[in-house]
Amino acid sequence: MESVDLIYRGIFILVIFGITLLIATYSTYFERKIAAFIQDRVGPNRAGPFGLLQPLADAGKLFFKEEFIPAKANKALFIIGPGIAMLVAGMSSAVIPFGDMLLVGGREIWLQAIEVNIGVLYVFGIVSLGVYGLMIGGWASNNKFSLLGAIRAASQNISYELAMGLSLIAVIMMTGSLSLREIAEQQQGFNWNIWYQPLGFILFLVCAFAETNRTPFDLPESEAELIGGYHTEYGSMKLGMYLFAEYINIFVVSAVMSTLYFGAYNFPFMENLRSAISDPVLANNVVTIVGVAVMFAKIFAFIFFFMWVRWTLPRFRYDQLMKLGWQILIPLAILNVVLTGGAILLKDYLF
Amino acid sequence: MENLFYFLASLTLLCALMVVISKNPVHSILFLIITFFTISAHYILLNAQFLAVVNIIVYAGAIMVLFLFVIMFLSVGKNERDLETSAMTKVAGTIAGGLLFVVMFAALKDAHVGTFDAENYNSQIGMVENLGKVLYTKYLLPFELASVLFLVAMVGAVMLGKKETGERHF
Repeated sequence: MESVDLIYRGIFILVIFGITLLIATYSTYFERKIAAFIQDRVGPNRAGPFGLLQPLADAGKLFFKEEFIPAKANKALFIIGPGIAMLVAGMSSAVIPFGDMLLVGGREIWLQAIEVNIGVLYVFGIVSLGVYGLMIGGWASNNKFSLLGAIRAASQNISYELAMGLSLIAVIMMTGSLSLREIAEQQQGFNWNIWYQPLGFILFLVCAFAETNRTPFDLPESEAELIGGYHTEYGSMKLGMYLFAEYINIFVVSAVMSTLYFGAYNFPFMENLRSAISDPVLANNVVTIVGVAVMFAKIFAFIFFFMWVRWTLPRFRYDQLMKLGWQILIPLAILNVVLTGGAILLKDYLF
Repeated sequence: MENLFYFLASLTLLCALMVVISKNPVHSILFLIITFFTISAHYILLNAQFLAVVNIIVYAGAIMVLFLFVIMFLSVGKNERDLETSAMTKVAGTIAGGLLFVVMFAALKDAHVGTFDAENYNSQIGMVENLGKVLYTKYLLPFELASVLFLVAMVGAVMLGKKETGERHF
């Protein structure tokens, strides 16, 4: 790789990281605004116009609060816990194709941080590591409510990971590739995977809610039963990092869902737009930039959906959660794999 | 590249040692997780990305979470002092470990070093596609037998776990 490419990659990774943090920051603001809208309240409106500076005010407050560590806590792990949650959350956006290719001065610029031929598995691997931050923090707090939260997080994560992996297998069988960029390219125009994999998408969506610990699956931190779950003993920015990691996870999982099922940067009539502009370089760049905008629109739609569900549905009971994961989602996911395989064979046989 | 390998190898050995040395079982598990990560890094150095990621998904992401889960349950309210081992166990452990070392030494004594042939080496051999082709053509029977073995183990675990009071299963 040339040094120019390396510099470009470095800049792109920093930009993606910045965008991830920015979106996570403002997710906290929009979460409160949407909650206020659904509950017929006003929501934060004091700091700045429309309360837009509220996330900064919150961050300032969290940074200046006292760093409190319980006396009998495992000090090192207590500090490492939120760090791991944050690190793991920030890792998976590296393989997501946020856009197609830009042509600048004869140079091809791919709008993706790293292209690996195992992109889907990479995301899946990072998702499966997400629970460590919660478990380590919950255990290190030396508090039985935190420990219960940590144990709930672990068993919930393991249970829903299986159904998530099985629903991914159907997509991989269809596209024949593990690379996220290739999966995105195959959904040209309006040929999105959601039309072929509606059941798989619903399974993936439910598992995504469970893996990000969002309502109705936020049992690890259910305040009515466990005070605060795994972050009961946390305060100041360490608590802030746990909450922040949750929003980063929502962003990443929304991006993954848009890529796998909703055509990533593809939009209807993109070929018409491409042929409408005579200069091929300009046409390519216009289509790519519109594609990036479309990708982010899809991501924001999913983030909104996450918040909408949070303020609409009540929390599951823990035994219901386990029953749903093992007795409903996994058999449905296996059925989906079998149906997809059958459909692929039938298509070969008929056409 | 070579320096990277030596760095990774020493890190792996250090973490593996810490797994055995740590007094706190939770620390042992965490060091074991780091060991799995360094092993995955070795796979990436060998250009075997699929193995690296699957190693992380299966071991670090699933099995170790369960280990941590069980140890967290078991070691509630126990201090490090309670986990003292008797002198007998220490002697037995030393002998067993020493014997294992002898076996390893005997096995690796005659191993050939430097058989790597950079000219004829196919760097794409560790990619998913090649691995899948080899597994489903050349090694199809062992692969399928291994999956049947896993299924049997799974059914067995369910049977053992399902036992309730006053209920006969066999």
